[in-house]
Amino acid sequence: MHTSPPATVEGEAHENPALLHHFATEEQQKNAASLGMWLFLITEIMFFGGMFCAYLVYRYAYFGDFAAASSSLDLKLGTINTIVLIGSSLTVAMAIRCAQVGKQKAIVGYLVLTIILGVAFLGIKAIEYKQKFDEHHVPGLANFHLEGHVPRHADVPVNQNHAQIYFSLYFAMTGMHALHMIIGVGLFAYLTYKAYKGRYGPGYYTPLENGGLYWHFVDIVWIYLFPLLYLIDRHP
Amino acid sequence: MSEHISSVKLYVGIWLALMAGTILTVVVAGIDLGPLNPVMALAIATTKAVLVVLFFMHVKYAHEKLTKLVIVTAIFFFLILLALTMADYTTRLWT
Amino acid sequence: MATAVLETGERETYLNREYGIKSWLLTVDHKRIALLYLMGITFFFFIGGFFALLIRLELLTPAGDLVQADTYNKLFTMHGQVMVFFFLIPAVPAVLGNFLIPIMIGAKDLAFPRINLLSWYLYIIGGILMVYTILAGGVDTGWTFYTPLSTEFLKTNVTTAALAVFVSGFSSILTGLNFIVTTHRMRAPGMTWNRLPLFVWAHYATSIIQVLGTPVVAIAIVLVALERLFHLGIFNPTLGGDPLLFQHLFWFYSHPAVYIMILPGMGIISEIVCCFSRKRVFGYKAMAIALLGIAVVGFLVWAHHMFVAGISLYAALIFSFLSYFVAVPSAIKVFNWTSTMYKGSISYQTPMLYAFGFIGLFTMGGLTGLFLACLGVDVHVTDTYFVVAHFHYIMVGGMVMAYLGGMHFWWPKISGRLYPEGWGRLAALLVFVGFNLTFFPQFILGYMGMPRRYWDYSHSPEFQILNVLSTAGATILAVGYLLPMIYFLWSMRYGKPAPDNPWNAAGLEWTIPSPPTTFNFEEQPVVTWEAYNYDELDQRTEEVPVAH
Repeated sequence: MHTSPPATVEGEAHENPALLHHFATEEQQKNAASLGMWLFLITEIMFFGGMFCAYLVYRYAYFGDFAAASSSLDLKLGTINTIVLIGSSLTVAMAIRCAQVGKQKAIVGYLVLTIILGVAFLGIKAIEYKQKFDEHHVPGLANFHLEGHVPRHADVPVNQNHAQIYFSLYFAMTGMHALHMIIGVGLFAYLTYKAYKGRYGPGYYTPLENGGLYWHFVDIVWIYLFPLLYLIDRHP
Repeated sequence: MSEHISSVKLYVGIWLALMAGTILTVVVAGIDLGPLNPVMALAIATTKAVLVVLFFMHVKYAHEKLTKLVIVTAIFFFLILLALTMADYTTRLWT
Repeated sequence: MATAVLETGERETYLNREYGIKSWLLTVDHKRIALLYLMGITFFFFIGGFFALLIRLELLTPAGDLVQADTYNKLFTMHGQVMVFFFLIPAVPAVLGNFLIPIMIGAKDLAFPRINLLSWYLYIIGGILMVYTILAGGVDTGWTFYTPLSTEFLKTNVTTAALAVFVSGFSSILTGLNFIVTTHRMRAPGMTWNRLPLFVWAHYATSIIQVLGTPVVAIAIVLVALERLFHLGIFNPTLGGDPLLFQHLFWFYSHPAVYIMILPGMGIISEIVCCFSRKRVFGYKAMAIALLGIAVVGFLVWAHHMFVAGISLYAALIFSFLSYFVAVPSAIKVFNWTSTMYKGSISYQTPMLYAFGFIGLFTMGGLTGLFLACLGVDVHVTDTYFVVAHFHYIMVGGMVMAYLGGMHFWWPKISGRLYPEGWGRLAALLVFVGFNLTFFPQFILGYMGMPRRYWDYSHSPEFQILNVLSTAGATILAVGYLLPMIYFLWSMRYGKPAPDNPWNAAGLEWTIPSPPTTFNFEEQPVVTWEAYNYDELDQRTEEVPVAH
C-alpha cells in the first residue's frame, strides 16, 4: 500500500526547495510526478490511437490505393529519420544516466545532442512535406493527383479519392507527431537551460526522467508510424 | 530510495538492437511474404517499442507494479477501440 | 489544537484567509478552485436550462410556431452541448470532488494543485468559446456533431463549438489525472484502499474513464476540424470516406462519458445513504468493484448508439450483447443501497430525499436502457422521445439529483452555514414532481412514435397533450432548481453557523471545522477505523441528526 508517511510538523523548513508544501517527502513528490507523467502518456496513446483506428479502417478498405500512395513516400528519408529519432532516444537515456552518476557537464551535452537530433528530424520531415507538395500529393487541393496503379495490378489505376484519404491520414498523423516533437524540443530546451544552471544531479533529476519519458513515447509513435505509412507494400 | 542505474553498455546495446530492427523492417518489406508482411512489420515495431519501454523508459526496473498496470490498461483499451471498430467494418458485407 | 485567529477575531478559514480577486484567480487551494468551478457550472446550467425552456415552449403546440426550424436545431444542439460538456461532466468531480477528495483521504491538497488551477482555466476558456459560439449564432448539428453534416454542409460555427469542446476536454483529462495520482500517492497513514469512502472510489473510477476516453473524442474533433478546413474526405462518402468512422470515434468516448457523469453521483449517494440510515454500506467491496466494473464495461458498448446508423448486423449483435452486461454492476449498487437502508435508522433530511429520488429514478432510467439495448425494440424507439426520456431519467433524475443531494449534504462543510431545511425539503419535492411530470410523458411519446429533434409535430396532433404535461413539469422543475440557488446564497449571509459535524456523519471531512482551514488538517490524521463506522459513532454520542 502506498500511504504516505507521517507528515513533517507544519512550519518546519524543508531542506530541498524543490519539495512542494503539500508533499510529506521528496520520494512522495517524485512518485506522484512519475505516475502523473505515465498517466499523461496513456492519454497520448488514446489520442494517437484514434488516428491509428482511422488508418486501420481505411487501409483495410482501400489496401491497393494505400499501398500505391505509401510507395510514393521517400523511403530513404523515412529510414534516416527513424535512425535519427532512435539516436535521440539514446542521447536522452544517456543524459539521465549522467545525472544519476553525477556527471553534470555531460548532461548538458547529451541534452543538446537530443535537441539537435530532434531538429534534424523535423528538418527532414519538412523536406518530405515539400516533396509531397511538389508532387501534388497534398489532399484537398484541386491539383491532387497520384499517378500510377495499384501494385501488381497494372490495369487498376489508383483511385484518387482513396489516395487522398491516405494522404489526409499521412499528414494528420505525421503532423500531429511533428507537433509533439516541436513541443518536445521546446521542453528539452528548458531542461537544458536548467541543467546548465546545475539544477540536476543524483539527488534530483525528476524533470529529466519525466521529460525523457515523453520523448521516448514520441519515438515509439514514430516506430509504429514508419512501417505503417512507408512500408505498406514495397515488394515486387 | 535507490534508482537502478543502467550501464552505458546496456543503452548502446539496446540502441544497436533498435538500429538492427529498423534495417530489418525495411529489408523484410522488400520481400513478398504475402499476408505475413504486415505481421512482420508490426512484430518488429512492437519488439522495438518494448525495448524502448523496458530499458530506455526504465519500466523493467520499476519499483511498483502500478507502472506496468497503467501501460497494460492503456494498450488494452486501445486494442478494444481497434478490435470492436473493425468488428463492424470487417462484417459489413457479410450476408 | 491551535486554531489560527484573524485580527477580526474570526477563526481563519480557507474563505477569509485572503481577500481580493487575485487571491481567487491565482489560488492553488483545491477548495477555492472547487468554488470557482461552482460558479462556472451554475452559469452554464442556467444557459442550458434556458435553451431547454425554449424547446419545451416550442413543443407546447404541434405546429412549429415559436421559432424557425433551423433555430430549433440550434436550441437542442446548444442545450445538449452546454449541459453535457459544461455542466454534467464537470459538475460533481470539479466541485465536490475537488473540494472533498483531499480531505477525505487526509491530505493537504491534490497531488498537482497548479494543474488543478490550469484545469479550471481550460474549462473557462472552453466556456468562453462556447458562449462565443452561441452569440455568433450557434450550431445546429445536434450535440453529436455527426458528419458529413458537420464537415460539409453547414455554414454555422462548428469549428468554434468543436474547439470549445476540445479545450474543455483537456480540463476533464487533467482533473482525472490529478485525482488518480492523488488517490494513489496522497492517502494519510492508515487510509488504505479498503477504508476509502466510496465517494473517492467513484471519482477514481470516473478518472480512469476521463483519462482513457476523452482523448479519442479530442482526435475525432481534430479530424472534423481538419476536414472542414482542408476539404478532406475522411468522413465524406462522396470522397470515399465513412461517416460512421466519426460516429465510432465519437461514441467510443461519449458512451463512457455518461458514466463519467453518473459514477460521481453514485459516490455521493453511498455517502448520503449510509449517513441517513446510520449504517455501514452493505457490501463495501462489491460496491467498489461495481464502480470499476461500470468504468471498464462502459468502454465496450459504444456502438449501441449506432444500431440503425448502418453498422453491420454482426457488430450490432456484439454490442447489444455487451450492453446488457453494463447493467449488472449498476444493479448491484442499487441492491446494495437498498440493503444498506434495511434495518437502518432512516431520517428524511433533504440529502436523503434526493438520494431516494436518485435510486428510484436511476433504476427506471437504467431499466429503459435495457429496452434500448435490445435490437428489435431499439429499431422502433431509437431517435424518439423514448431515448430522450431514458437519458434524462439518468442524467437529471439521477445525476442532477445526486449533485443537489451532495450540495445539500456538504453545504455546511463548504460554507460554514446551514441551509434552511424546510425549504430544502420543499425544493426536493418540487424537483421530484417536476421531473417526473416532465419526462415520464416522454417515454409514452417515444413509444407512440414522436421523433426527437423535430420542431413540428403537426402530423400527429395527438402528441400534444403529453407535450403540454411535459412542459408544465419543466416549469415546476425550474422552480425546484431555482430555490436552492436562492437559499444557498441566502444562507451564506443569514444561515445558522454550522458545527463541524451537523449530520454526525462518518468521514474525515467531518472531523475538521466548517469551513475548513486552507491546509485542511492541523496534524495529518492517522486512520485506524473502517469507512462508515456509524455503529461506533452512534455509540459514542448517542445522537442522531436532527432537523434544523
